[in-house]
Amino acid sequence: MSNLAIRVNNLGKQYRIGLTPMRYRTLRESLAETISPNARANRAARKQELGTIWALRDISFEVEKGQVLGIIGRNGAGKSTLLKILSRITEPTTGSAEIRGRVGSLLEVGTGFHPELSGRENIYLNGAILGMKRDEIDRKFDEIVAFSEVEKFIDTPVKRFSSGMYLRLAFAVAAHLEPQILVVDEVLAVGDAEFQRKCLGKMDDVAKEGRTVLFVSHNMSAILRLTDETIVLDQGQIELRAPTPQAVDHYMASGFSQSGERIWSIDEISSDSAPFRPLALRVSDNSERRLDSVRSTNPISIEVEYALDAPIKGLRVGIYLQTTRGEYVFTSFDTDNTKQFESFSQRPEGHYVSKCILPPDFLNEGQYILGINASSYRVKRYFQDENALAFTVDGAGAPGKQWPERRLGPVRPRLHWDIDVR
Amino acid sequence: MINSAIIADQEEEITLIKPSKGWGSLNLRELWIYRELVYFLTWRDLKVRYKQTALGAGWAVLQPVLSMVVFTIFFGQLLNVPSEGVPYPIFSYAALLPWGVFAKALNDTGRSLVSNRSMLTKIYFPRMVIPLASVFSSLADFLIAFVVMLGLMYYYQIAPTSNIWTLPLFLLLAVITALGVGLWLSAMNVLYRDIGYMIPYITQLWFYLTPIVYPASKVPEQWQFFYALNPMVGVVEGFRWALLGTADAPSPMIAVSAFISLALFVTGMFYFRRMERTFADMV
Repeated sequence: MSNLAIRVNNLGKQYRIGLTPMRYRTLRESLAETISPNARANRAARKQELGTIWALRDISFEVEKGQVLGIIGRNGAGKSTLLKILSRITEPTTGSAEIRGRVGSLLEVGTGFHPELSGRENIYLNGAILGMKRDEIDRKFDEIVAFSEVEKFIDTPVKRFSSGMYLRLAFAVAAHLEPQILVVDEVLAVGDAEFQRKCLGKMDDVAKEGRTVLFVSHNMSAILRLTDETIVLDQGQIELRAPTPQAVDHYMASGFSQSGERIWSIDEISSDSAPFRPLALRVSDNSERRLDSVRSTNPISIEVEYALDAPIKGLRVGIYLQTTRGEYVFTSFDTDNTKQFESFSQRPEGHYVSKCILPPDFLNEGQYILGINASSYRVKRYFQDENALAFTVDGAGAPGKQWPERRLGPVRPRLHWDIDVR
Repeated sequence: MINSAIIADQEEEITLIKPSKGWGSLNLRELWIYRELVYFLTWRDLKVRYKQTALGAGWAVLQPVLSMVVFTIFFGQLLNVPSEGVPYPIFSYAALLPWGVFAKALNDTGRSLVSNRSMLTKIYFPRMVIPLASVFSSLADFLIAFVVMLGLMYYYQIAPTSNIWTLPLFLLLAVITALGVGLWLSAMNVLYRDIGYMIPYITQLWFYLTPIVYPASKVPEQWQFFYALNPMVGVVEGFRWALLGTADAPSPMIAVSAFISLALFVTGMFYFRRMERTFADMV
């Protein structure tokens, strides 16, 4: 054990399913259940009928000191539950975990931030909530402020901050936590791209300092960059633990819909996205079939279908294209062109489809991940899903196919070559 | 919530996480480790309480003073409630001082867990920190309101008695009672939101069961024993005795009051600790 930071043994967490629809019982129900034998029988029956679910089941793993371990998995796979148990927020139902060292957990940035308090006051408050001592905060205060880039507003109530400033400040405090073991949930999925890069850089430093890190993310490039080894969780169980590139490939290749179409149901959309509501994302090579496989020699159309429940100013809806390794191929928005930018400066409520076409002979063969983003620049990001849909590009007929080798790089353009004999 | 054995083993903490069963220990040591968080949360409550109000901390004075005025008009003047030989305003104000702390502490602690839900579900700390901070922040209003008391005493030319040193003890009794009840209510409020709606009525009922607008001597002899089971009776009478020299010195009944209050406090802590492990899942 001496060289281990975390040892988890058969950890399990059971939730009652009835919990979500009726989150809290009212006193009347409980009293009625205690008093009336009839109701008591009802309750027993209901318990059986509803049953329970295991959010985590028989999880066992070990993490060595100084190791940076990634945890990936689909929504509901149990990632957050695992982190909550390891950060002692909730108790396991079965099993145990042993942790050596001071744990700092970042399941959210800005926990306990109060909108009425100034940036300065919130740094102290949030620091204390995260477990920093007062003199520790005093010592790091200037560094935190510098990192957050909000020096000028440090004495302004944070309710007057833009959401970007708010998140930067919140992350800055969190980033200066110095525990021996750091447990991090998707906190990097905030802020603009530039700030995300900065956060990743900071996380990189943390990892290099030899601290133990458990890192949950949907961002495969972050996982690839920061971790050496990764656990893939599926339905509460460990599906695979492998070196990160291998784990990411496995995860990316498994389980995505095979239809070339991603449809969002109401319960998948957080209320934060309102008034933007994603409906569907489709990929097709216009050959009348909507499969997950498209021909690289055909034009590939990508459609985002969505509804606006209220008008949005400056909305841009766009796509990200990534390889399964998490490298971005490109990002593009529907108002990139001046013409659309001007005519859609304000979008009234309604039902929309934003469609673009990738030229033929553009992508290399292989698997790609499409993500979507709907935002108003510097105002609000309504919706983002970086891993919305996976599709395969079939390279039949692509340039260079006479050699059955794998071509490096995500693009495979048909270039015009001249060969001059001199 | 969790059996955490913190062992000083070459400055390395070892935390063992496993399901806990039955009644746990209070683990007051961990609470002590987190004392700075209590301080910061109290400070937050105080900072935020009167933000964006025109009167600011003036509200801490205005609330008891307005109550005093209303009580003086209705109970003192119209209903002629006796006030044990001191002017009615100061008679009621002396009672409103500890009552204010108690009512505010009870109210705030009762709701504290639910209103801090985002913290409960995102970070670990001993949960008792939250109701504790609520109680401490209610003490600040007391200090401000107490200055007005001194002003009133000067105005009515009433010198404090030599028993004034007992005041902190009575205040402590009020705080412990509020915290005891508050711990029960806050933990129950996580499970049953009904509690949140009941708190104002509990407070109101308790108000009439405490000798604030009337003297305790008005309660019939045969009820006095049951009446004194309410710890706030001892507190209020104690305040009047120590400040104004009215009422009798606390009888042995104060021991019963104190016992009840301690019992509420200790059982409250155990109940809270027991329920604590479900907070993050239920809140």
